[in-house]
Amino acid sequence: MQIIVQIVLVLAVIIVSLALMRGGSNARHLAIRRMMLVLFALIAAFSVFFPTILTRLAQLLGIGRGTDLVLYALVVSVLVFMATTYQRFRHLENSLTKLSRRIAIEEAEKPWLVDKDQH
Amino acid sequence: MSRTWIVIPMYNEATVVGDVISGLLPVFPHVVCIDDGSSDGSQNVAREAGALVVQHPVNLGQGAALQTGIEYALCDPATTEIVTFDADGQHRVEDALAMVARIRSGEAEVVLGSRFLDDRTQVSKMKRLVLRVAAVQSRWSTGMALTDAHNGLRAFGVGTAARIDLKQNRMAHASELIHQLAEIKPRWVEHPVEIIYTDYSKAKGQSLLNSVNIVADLFFR
Repeated sequence: MQIIVQIVLVLAVIIVSLALMRGGSNARHLAIRRMMLVLFALIAAFSVFFPTILTRLAQLLGIGRGTDLVLYALVVSVLVFMATTYQRFRHLENSLTKLSRRIAIEEAEKPWLVDKDQH
Repeated sequence: MSRTWIVIPMYNEATVVGDVISGLLPVFPHVVCIDDGSSDGSQNVAREAGALVVQHPVNLGQGAALQTGIEYALCDPATTEIVTFDADGQHRVEDALAMVARIRSGEAEVVLGSRFLDDRTQVSKMKRLVLRVAAVQSRWSTGMALTDAHNGLRAFGVGTAARIDLKQNRMAHASELIHQLAEIKPRWVEHPVEIIYTDYSKAKGQSLLNSVNIVADLFFR
């Protein structure tokens, strides 16, 4: 049972990461990410006050303790965060490159323009 | 009229780039150095040596500099060939000249340098192995039978150069370039070139560990 939960979790990481990476940074994905974050924060806070309920849920899933369940969820969220942050970083880098290239070429001396003026 | 632009990506190469440029100018009068945010005065050295300098306002990486150089050279309406050349003095001007000649003769649209087509270049066993693996990998993924996938000396006809669009800013651009060529399908040949490993280029060149970064960059495209 435990292995099934683990496999499901790993698949969830992959699928969610891919889905969020594909879409880039549109508003829907941002909303989903924020909802996931709030949900995770609520569950984490909940688990502090009612550890037994979470443990019961964990046992239902075949995982030993509630904290383990939280740990797994944490791993998933960290990986999703990494994947989406990486993607956003790449977009940013791309824009920076295009901007810098534009400036560099714009500012550079262009001898062929001078040639034309002389003739 | 035909005009060849030599594109040299440059990042903190003040001690060597001057000699590289003065070696090139008698043969290739149009040399552009893409300064990738150097802080050691490479820009002035290159200008004094007689090259044109295009300056990135921030450091972006060698791939980005190559793409900038290609786009700059394409702005010149007289350009017919674009040659990429390393700033650290490891390439030979004669090789570049022979490669451009092969494009002008109509034999090919792209000429890629390879250090493994003759026995002039001395390569350490480990480096040879890594480069061989890279070449085999690029053959599998692109179908292009290259012997040296990471050689910085390349010559492009202007039509092919215009279709290149490197997005890998850092070191994975060499593999990306091969992938794009496989898509563009120009007539291409490999040309035997000698890589001159000086102490400088050895110290400055890619460490073999960098191949890990290259694979990671390609994987997380």
